[in-house]
Amino acid sequence: MSKSIFIDTTICTACRACQVACKQWHDLPAEETINVGSHQNPRDLSFETYKLVRMKEEIINGKLEWLFFPDQCRHCEEAPCLEAAYDESAIYRDDATGAIIYTRETRKLDADDIIAACPYDVPRKAADGTLAKCDMCNDRVHNGLKPACVTACPTGAMNFGERDEMLGLAEKKLKMAREKFPKARLLNPDEVNVIYLVGFEPELYSEYAVAGATRKGGISRSVALRRMVSPLARLMRV
Amino acid sequence: MTNHWIDIQNSDCILIMGSNAAENHPISFKYVTKAMEKGAPLINVDPRFTRTSAKADIYAALRSGTDIAFLGGMIKYILDNNLYNKEYTAAYTNASFLVDESFGFKDGLFSGYRKNSGDGPSMGGYDKSSWAFQMDDKGIPRMDKTLKDKHCVFQLMKKHYERYDIDTVVKVTGTAGKDLLKVYETYTATGKTGKAGTIMYAMGWTQHTVGTQMIRTMAMIQLLLGNMGVAGGGVNALRGESNVQGSTDHCLLWHIWPGYLKTARASNDTLEAYNKKYTPKSNDPLSANWWQNYPKYSVSLLKSFFGDKAIPENQFGYTWLPKVDDGAVYSWFDLFDAMYKGNLEGFFAWGQNPACSGSNASKIRKALEKLDWMVNVNIFDNETGSFWRGPGAEPSKIGTEVFMLPASVSVEKEGSITNSGRWMQWRYQGPKPLGNSRPDGDIIMELGHRIKEKYKASDGVFKHPILNLKWDYETNGAYDPHKAAKEINGYFVKDVTVKGKLCKKGTLVPSFAWLQADGSTSSGNWLYCNSYTEKGNMSARRSKKDAANNIGLYPEFAWCWPVNRRILYNRASVDPKGHPWDDKQWVIKFAGESKDGKYTSKKWLGDVPDGGWYPLENPDGTRRSDAKQPFIMRKHGFGQIFGPGRADGPFPEHYEPLECPVEKNYFSSRMVNPTAVVYSTKEDGHASCDPRFPFVGTTYRVSEHWQTGLMTRPQKWLMELQPNVFVEMSEELAKLRGIKNGERVLVSSARANLECTAIVTKRFKPFTIGYATVHQVGIPWHYGWRWPATGTEESANLLTPPAGDPNTRIPETKAFMVNVTKL
Repeated sequence: MSKSIFIDTTICTACRACQVACKQWHDLPAEETINVGSHQNPRDLSFETYKLVRMKEEIINGKLEWLFFPDQCRHCEEAPCLEAAYDESAIYRDDATGAIIYTRETRKLDADDIIAACPYDVPRKAADGTLAKCDMCNDRVHNGLKPACVTACPTGAMNFGERDEMLGLAEKKLKMAREKFPKARLLNPDEVNVIYLVGFEPELYSEYAVAGATRKGGISRSVALRRMVSPLARLMRV
Repeated sequence: MTNHWIDIQNSDCILIMGSNAAENHPISFKYVTKAMEKGAPLINVDPRFTRTSAKADIYAALRSGTDIAFLGGMIKYILDNNLYNKEYTAAYTNASFLVDESFGFKDGLFSGYRKNSGDGPSMGGYDKSSWAFQMDDKGIPRMDKTLKDKHCVFQLMKKHYERYDIDTVVKVTGTAGKDLLKVYETYTATGKTGKAGTIMYAMGWTQHTVGTQMIRTMAMIQLLLGNMGVAGGGVNALRGESNVQGSTDHCLLWHIWPGYLKTARASNDTLEAYNKKYTPKSNDPLSANWWQNYPKYSVSLLKSFFGDKAIPENQFGYTWLPKVDDGAVYSWFDLFDAMYKGNLEGFFAWGQNPACSGSNASKIRKALEKLDWMVNVNIFDNETGSFWRGPGAEPSKIGTEVFMLPASVSVEKEGSITNSGRWMQWRYQGPKPLGNSRPDGDIIMELGHRIKEKYKASDGVFKHPILNLKWDYETNGAYDPHKAAKEINGYFVKDVTVKGKLCKKGTLVPSFAWLQADGSTSSGNWLYCNSYTEKGNMSARRSKKDAANNIGLYPEFAWCWPVNRRILYNRASVDPKGHPWDDKQWVIKFAGESKDGKYTSKKWLGDVPDGGWYPLENPDGTRRSDAKQPFIMRKHGFGQIFGPGRADGPFPEHYEPLECPVEKNYFSSRMVNPTAVVYSTKEDGHASCDPRFPFVGTTYRVSEHWQTGLMTRPQKWLMELQPNVFVEMSEELAKLRGIKNGERVLVSSARANLECTAIVTKRFKPFTIGYATVHQVGIPWHYGWRWPATGTEESANLLTPPAGDPNTRIPETKAFMVNVTKL
């Protein structure tokens, strides 16, 4: 059984403690940013930013909504990036936690291929082609701690635990959220280990909030080829 | 806070107004969220749609500075629709009190007004004699419990707010009428017995020329709705720093001594005269009039100051204390005004950054140039310590000698902080102080020793207060926070029998009920007496066990003043017979025995009751003569709907900010609070209804920075989140000025110009005020030229005005006038 993170965006206040906690735990450098007319900063995920609270102003049913979406890797149950890489020294799944882990060896991969494989547009590359993204604080988790982002969250928007426990919590919170947000839904709960609850159409929060919404999630020819042979390859690895 | 952070979870309706809790008190949202999950609606009223508004069930916009109009309208709505809690209002508030027949209010002025003929800064004041209550022949206030007498507070209030009808309120606030009604309807539903509404406010209310009265208006609403003393209710100030409550309790401000005792005035020439002046008298046996104990607290404080040297023969050292001239004011504004005028030689800037934090900061920066010396005690150099090399300063022409004393940060020190909920929490030292930085306690102790040595050596002028000051809070040469904490709690200075019990010399006083006025006890702050006793350091407790009522009081986690009472005025949470208004979320309940319809023994359950007396009534409804009214800190024991103590009137009245966008106040012909304070040097410019400054401006904070940014601007992870000072404006205003989102623009006021990055947003909308469109903009005040290194991100307080509230002299940084132009 994997570990999962459940993110209830309906109670996220965009304090961004999670975003800073992530940088702190991973000792990531700050990006040189400027304010471009929004509170959201940096503008996007990057090789140095694994977690980003996206902030969007939308008029929904004639009412202003400020939507907050703490974006990060979903740690897919069947991770397309892992399949695309087809190299466990570069991208592997920690079976104890379900975390999808990128190593330094990702620099040997075709970075654009891996990025294209992600339906949520998460991995980012460095100048040398090394890839990086959220690692679910796998080191913390192995030592009995929750991921840094979850620990930092003041409202209970971020939660962490066993997958079935988080799915249960997600269903419970979905039911509660529906009273205020009739269109509330969970995003790809069967496919991911970072399960989002949103109050409105997911596309309003982020272009890639949900899998298969837009151009991403398609696979390149090389990935398709590898997928075709992968069951065999898996057998051989065992 | 009358209640505390966790208690927010018990609320049936939360109003966040005058604060932006989601952004500036993020942890509070843990409890706000809990209440909401139980079904409590969250209402947010703010000029700008914030991260708090984003979570609110109801959001209503209002123009900055019009909160009294908004809330005055709510009072009228409550009265018109009979929504007030009748039993509570009649029993526990002064609504039934009769006011002197000469009391009046006409066209914006209460009776007794006198315009200040001098050159200010106060615009005027009141002779309050006509605001007095009528007394019966025993000297007890006359009351009409039917609330019908035309001189009773209830009827006077009704008359006062008759003018605050929806149409007029809408014209002033710019709030949409339907939003206004929705807020009124939702919040006033908490007037029902058993329902509780809470208010979370902060500097959005305090920082106005009518700031105190904004809070008063809400306090009146809370009393009318029966929301004081109950779980999930109260009037809750969210303090702007983790220890603002503690520093206020221990007299950070000029006008008070520790524990809210009064600063002595020149005319209080003896201790007896001082105590007499500030000890209220009540002839009502049902009034606890707790401040009648004043002399016990003042004498115990003097004993703490001067130890063995404080004896009855020298009035316990009272004559050694400095006295403030009658009529003189030494508030922040006045100190910097005096400094600017060259009347101050030296200045300790200790843990603060006035060059960025003070309203009209340009004047403050110029004032610093007039000093002979300044000592900057801080963890980093800041805009204050470096004022002499700041923008526009000419170092060669500045004679101020500046010293920097590097201080340790909070986690490097042991000691306590007191949070907004009055919880004193002990903290331990983490890492050792870095480099040559030292804990503030050490710096103060050494400073005291050196000053004493100087006085001793040179036989200094008026040396007794210095030489006789007790100064022994060290262990092995270092400041000892436990010694200071024990001093604050207090101890018996000789063997003494109190309440029939022998208390040994040197033992810690168990609570302030044991303090004496004869010099046999010492206490550095009566309010904290009970915090560090022979049972140990109460503030270091960490039990997670809740009280019997299970409402999140956690009485054995840390310690709370007074006497660990977690919810103030909790005697008002029960009916006169001692039964909780709310059976499910009760705070206290009477559990004494009764016989033949009369209570025969005293026992209260739950929180520490606001006095352990019998309930006002027996089970059979007869009144008891040995009971006390619940509002024990008030002279008469009642919650004050009529507040004759305030400088600007017993009822809050809407006045426009000193700088406002309208030429007419729709409530009276008085534009500005007639008692406001306004400063008048050439650096104190202001402009109202001036076409050069057509837009309302306000300042605020963001989650990502802290105060003037001294601890956050050098922190790159936080600068990454909020790198630039910005100005938020509506799409409509941006269009009017041809401003594009994200471009740099100039914001100017009658004081200064400030370059900012424009955030053009749907979250600000133009207001319709009267019949005109009024735009508002907002700027965070966390920045200053020292960081980032570009020097381009300056303080928003360069723009803010030289005017303040008459009760507190807190500046009006939340409402002023600006222009915004393309660069």
